[in-house]
Amino acid sequence: MKQVYINSVASISAQKTFDNAEFLNDFIDHEAVVFPVVNPDYKAFIPPAAARRMAKGIKMSIVASKIALQESGLDQVDAIITGTGMGCLRDSEKFLSALIDNDEQYLTPTAFIQSTHNTVGGQVALELQCKGYNFTYVHASNSFESALLDTKLLLSNEEENNILVGGVDEIGEHTFKLQELVGHVKKEPVKASELFESNTSGAVYGEGANFFVLSNEKQNNSYAELVRVKMFNTLPKDQLTETIETFLASHNLKISDIDLVILGANGDADYDDYYDILSQGVFKETQQAYYKHISGEFNTASSFGFWLAAKTIQSQILPAVVKRNDLKSTGFKTVLLYNQYRNENHSFTLLKQC
Amino acid sequence: MSKGVAITGMGIISAIGNNVAENFQSLIEGKKGISRISKIQTNHVNDIMVGEIAYTNEDLVEMLGLNSDNSFTRTALLGAVAAKEAVANAGIDDINAYNTGLISSTSVGGMDMTEKYYYESFDNKSVQKYIESHHAGDSSQKIAEQLGIDKSLVTTISTACSSAANAIMLGARLIKSGELDRVVVGGADCLSKFTINGFKTLMILSDTYNTPFDDNRKGLNLGEAAAYLVLESDELVKKDNKKVLAYVKGYGNANDAFHQTASSDHGDGATLAMEKALKVADFNPDNIDYINAHGTATGNNDLSEGRAIIRVFEDKVPCFSSTKAYTGHTLAAAGAIEAVFSILALQNNVIYPNLNFKTQMKEFEITPQLELKHKPLNAVMSNSFGFGGNCSTVIFSKTP
Amino acid sequence: MDALKQELKEFIIEQLNLEDVNVEDIANDDPLFGDGLGLDSIDALELIVMLDKNYGIKLTDPKQGRAIFESIDTMAAYITEHRAN
Repeated sequence: MKQVYINSVASISAQKTFDNAEFLNDFIDHEAVVFPVVNPDYKAFIPPAAARRMAKGIKMSIVASKIALQESGLDQVDAIITGTGMGCLRDSEKFLSALIDNDEQYLTPTAFIQSTHNTVGGQVALELQCKGYNFTYVHASNSFESALLDTKLLLSNEEENNILVGGVDEIGEHTFKLQELVGHVKKEPVKASELFESNTSGAVYGEGANFFVLSNEKQNNSYAELVRVKMFNTLPKDQLTETIETFLASHNLKISDIDLVILGANGDADYDDYYDILSQGVFKETQQAYYKHISGEFNTASSFGFWLAAKTIQSQILPAVVKRNDLKSTGFKTVLLYNQYRNENHSFTLLKQC
Repeated sequence: MSKGVAITGMGIISAIGNNVAENFQSLIEGKKGISRISKIQTNHVNDIMVGEIAYTNEDLVEMLGLNSDNSFTRTALLGAVAAKEAVANAGIDDINAYNTGLISSTSVGGMDMTEKYYYESFDNKSVQKYIESHHAGDSSQKIAEQLGIDKSLVTTISTACSSAANAIMLGARLIKSGELDRVVVGGADCLSKFTINGFKTLMILSDTYNTPFDDNRKGLNLGEAAAYLVLESDELVKKDNKKVLAYVKGYGNANDAFHQTASSDHGDGATLAMEKALKVADFNPDNIDYINAHGTATGNNDLSEGRAIIRVFEDKVPCFSSTKAYTGHTLAAAGAIEAVFSILALQNNVIYPNLNFKTQMKEFEITPQLELKHKPLNAVMSNSFGFGGNCSTVIFSKTP
Repeated sequence: MDALKQELKEFIIEQLNLEDVNVEDIANDDPLFGDGLGLDSIDALELIVMLDKNYGIKLTDPKQGRAIFESIDTMAAYITEHRAN
C-alpha cells in the first residue's frame, strides 16, 4: 500500500482563488443568496474553437485542470476522476426547456450532448488528450469524496500513479428556482461574513471547480498526504461523535491529535446542528474552520474545503476569514474534514503534513 | 490486491423479463422486448421503437410496498426491484451483518419526473416532492434504504452508457482493497422524453428493430432496465460457505479522447479497455470464450467496436453477439444487464444469438453469433462504451 | 441568393457560437468543415435542424449533409432548390 499525496491544487470559486501564489488574501464579502464565481481569464486557457460549446462548469473545470496539471509539473496524468452532484445543469435545462416549450420540435444536439454528467470528465480528457481511466461520480454531497476514494485506492494499489481529481458544480437557473421553492435556499440575501449568525433556514448557494493532482510519489512541494476518506449514506446524530472517534482510532489517532477540524456548516439553522455537536462537543478544544460562507453551498463545495485543508497544511497558515474559534494550534500536522448536506451523505477526510 | 471477487447474487428487470429467470428464458427463446412506446407521450411515437418494461409505476410501487406519498422516480423503482432480487438471490438475510455498500449508476436519474413537472412544480405542491428526486444520487439513496444499507458507503457513477460496468469495476476494487466485505453494484435507467429527444437530435435512433453489426443498421432502440450484482470477498464466501455464480476476473477503463459523442474510427479507447481487462485478469485473448459486445447498432459504434475487437483478438475473434436487439440500449444500466446475461451464459454454457442480423458489414469479415449456441464457457467479456469517450470492459469467469 | 448567403453566415456564426468569426471572414466558397471554418459532425446536426426550422427542408440521413454543407454556395443552392417556405 503506497501513500497518497496531494501534489497540486487549483480552485475556481466565489473568492479569487485561481492564483496559487495567493491564499485568500482579499476576502470578497458577497451579499446574496447565490455567490458568483470570480472568473479567471478563460480565453487564456481554452482555444476559442474548443470553448464555443462549453458551459460554465466545463470552462471552470478545464481551467482548474490545467492549473493543477501545470503546478504538478506533469505533462499528463494516468487518470481523470470527476465528482459532480448535478453535472452540466445549464445545458440540461436548456435542452429540457426547449423540448417542452417547442413540443419536441427543432431540437439541436449540442445542449443534449453537453448535458450528460460525464461531459466534464470527457472534455477534460479531450483537452488533455488523456486516454486513461476516466470516472465520474454523481452522488450529491459525496460526489467529490467518491472521486477521492477511488483516487486513493487506485494510487495506493499502484494501479495508477498520477491522477487528476476534482469536484465541479454550476448553478442552473431553473433548478435554483425549484430549490428556492422547497426552502433549500435562504429567502433573504445574507452577507458572507454574517452567514453563521443568520439563524434562518436554507443555505446560500454557490458554484465552482476544485481540481488536484494526487500521486503515490511525494514531491518536494507536495501539499499534504491524503490518509483516508470515508463516507456514510446515513449517520444518526447520536452516533456522530462515536463514529468519528472510531474512525480516528482506526488510524491510531485521538481527538486531541487533530490540529484543525474543517466543518462543512452552511448556515442552515435546520441542519447545522450536526456540526454544532462536534464544534461544541469533542472538538471544543480544537481549532475549527468553516468555509461555506466564502464558497457558498453546492454538491461539491467540500472540494473547496479540501483545497483549504491542503493550502493550510502547506502554508501552515489558516486565513482569518475561515477561523471559527480563537484556539491556536501549534502547527497544522493533522487535519480532519467533516461534511454532510441536509443530514445525508456524511464524509470524513483525513489529511496529514508530509 | 490479489483477492478474488465473487458474484453471489444477481437481479434484473428489463423489457424481456421482470427477473433473472424470465430474462434468461427470453434470451434463449430469441424473444425481443422491442415495441412502440406506450408509457410516455411523445410526438416521435411512430418514428422510434423502445425496450419498455411492462409494469407501470403504480405496479412497481405496489410490488415494493411503498406509501402513496413516496417520491420514487421510475429509475429508483426499477433499481429497487432489481437490487432486492439480487440481495435475495445471494441469500442475504441481514444486510448489515457485514460491511456492505451500494455502488449504483444512472444517466437519467429522476429526469422522468423532472420533465413531467418542470413547470407544474411551481404551482402544484403535491408534485414538489420530486424536486429532490432529480439528482443522480437520489435513486441510489432510495435503493440503499430499500435494502436496509445504512451508515455505509453508497455512491453513484454516471459515465453515460458505460456507467454500470464502471460500478462493477469500483465494486471489485473496493472488495480487493478490503474497503468493503460485500457490495451491491449495478445501474438503473428509465425511459424519458429527454433521452428520446436527445438521441433523436443525434439522428441515431432506428425507426424499426435495431440490427447490431448489420451492414444496413439504422441506429439504436432506447430501452429501460435495472440490474444489480452482489459481490463478496473470498473470506466471506469461505466463511459463509456461499454459492458463487461467477467471478469478476478482469476490468479495464479507458477514454477514447477523440470526440464528445462519436467513437474513434479504429476504437482506440475500446481497444485499450479490452487490453487492460485482459491484463487485470492475467488472461490471453484466447482465454475469452464469448464477447457480449456493446453493439448498439449505430453506424459508428459497431464499426469502431468491431475494429477494436479485431485489434485485440486478431485472427482469433471468439464468438460475439450484442443483446441490444432484445432489450434496446438501456444506457447506464446496459453494463449491469449485460453482466447478468454474461453470468447466465457462463452458468448455462450458452451463447445468445445476435438477433435481426441480415447483411455482413463491408468493413470487416467478422460475423456475430447468429444462432443460439451451446458450448462450454469459462470466461466472458462484456463491453460498454459511452459518450464522453468512456470505454469499459469487464471479464467474468467461472473460476477465481 | 446573396441575401440568403448573408443570412446563412449570420446564422452559422450565431447558432454555432463562432465568437471570433465575422460574416466577412467567411467566403462563399470556403469549406465549412475540416480545414476551413473547422465545423464538425455536431455542427452538421445543428445545420440539419436549421434547414428544417428555417426552410422546411427535412433530411433523414445525416450523411446527406456532407455535400450540402460543403460551403455557403452549396448550402444556398440546395436551399433555393428545395425550400418549402
